[in-house]
Amino acid sequence: MRIAVNGTSQELPAEVESVQDLVSTLALAQEQVAVEHNGAIVRRAAWPKVALADGDVVEIVTLVGGG
Amino acid sequence: MAALTVGSVELQSRLIVGTGKYKNLDEAETCLRVSEADMVTVAIRRVPQAAPGERSLWDVIPEGMHILPNTAGCYTEDDCVRTAHLARELLGEERGKCIKVEVIGDEKTLFPDVAATIAATKRLVDEGFICMPYITDDPVSCLKLLDAGAHAVMPLAAPIGSGLGIRNPYNLKIILEQVREKAPGVPVIVDAGVGTASDAAFAMEMGVDGILMNTAIAQAKDAPKMAVAMRDAVRAGRMAFEAGRIPRKLYATASSPLEGTLPSLN
Repeated sequence: MRIAVNGTSQELPAEVESVQDLVSTLALAQEQVAVEHNGAIVRRAAWPKVALADGDVVEIVTLVGGG
Repeated sequence: MAALTVGSVELQSRLIVGTGKYKNLDEAETCLRVSEADMVTVAIRRVPQAAPGERSLWDVIPEGMHILPNTAGCYTEDDCVRTAHLARELLGEERGKCIKVEVIGDEKTLFPDVAATIAATKRLVDEGFICMPYITDDPVSCLKLLDAGAHAVMPLAAPIGSGLGIRNPYNLKIILEQVREKAPGVPVIVDAGVGTASDAAFAMEMGVDGILMNTAIAQAKDAPKMAVAMRDAVRAGRMAFEAGRIPRKLYATASSPLEGTLPSLN
């Protein structure tokens, strides 16, 4: 399955099926990111329940320095 | 007692500092600490590729410090609202309740799109956010933000990062008067444009409730020293405002008594 993560199209390993799997695979600090799936925010608690499908668009954001 | 209250948020300092443009995270951490600010601004961006164990901004913001995520980089009302939603998801209902509403209208000046800022503020206030919009130093726009329910109004003193200081003190004075009259509990916070300590003191002496700054500290040659200078300038300016300055007079008035002077030798 191919999805776009933060603007980059990537082929996911077969075992990555949910938003939770994706965040885990990317080795991100889970408490420090927020996820948008096809334009809708996915609450952290719902990550395991939201399945990814071919062509999905995922945005993963965090805090950075700013004014 | 809180130094500055914005909505339900009580801040122990009238200085709000940014976290951008520092040389490195260590310097940012030091500046946050020595500035004694109680609120920091941050931006929301796509997560960068980080090496495992690498420090991030999360590690340098002290536990109890209030976080004010901004919507910098947004050019539309919808993008601004989207970013605010992501910020709240990121920080949680409690820590993510404040938002610096920032809708840019022009790339070169980074002046706000006033209409979009007002519209976004209204939507976010309705959704329960504590809204602190960045706005031009125009009294009418500030009053419209009050109508939209803004919890603070944050007029720019000069373009973001310009360091030009308070470009239009007369507008700022009108904003202060009119906002006080219409909504006495809503603070006026100068956001952007301050270049050095005297700019901060000058604004505070005029009676603004607080100052938000980033570049003036982060890009100073000695950033931690400037953070301390700004801390003191904001305090000194506020105290001078509360103390009440003397009226300006064209001619001198002697400070020493005129009685009891010795007769002249000549």
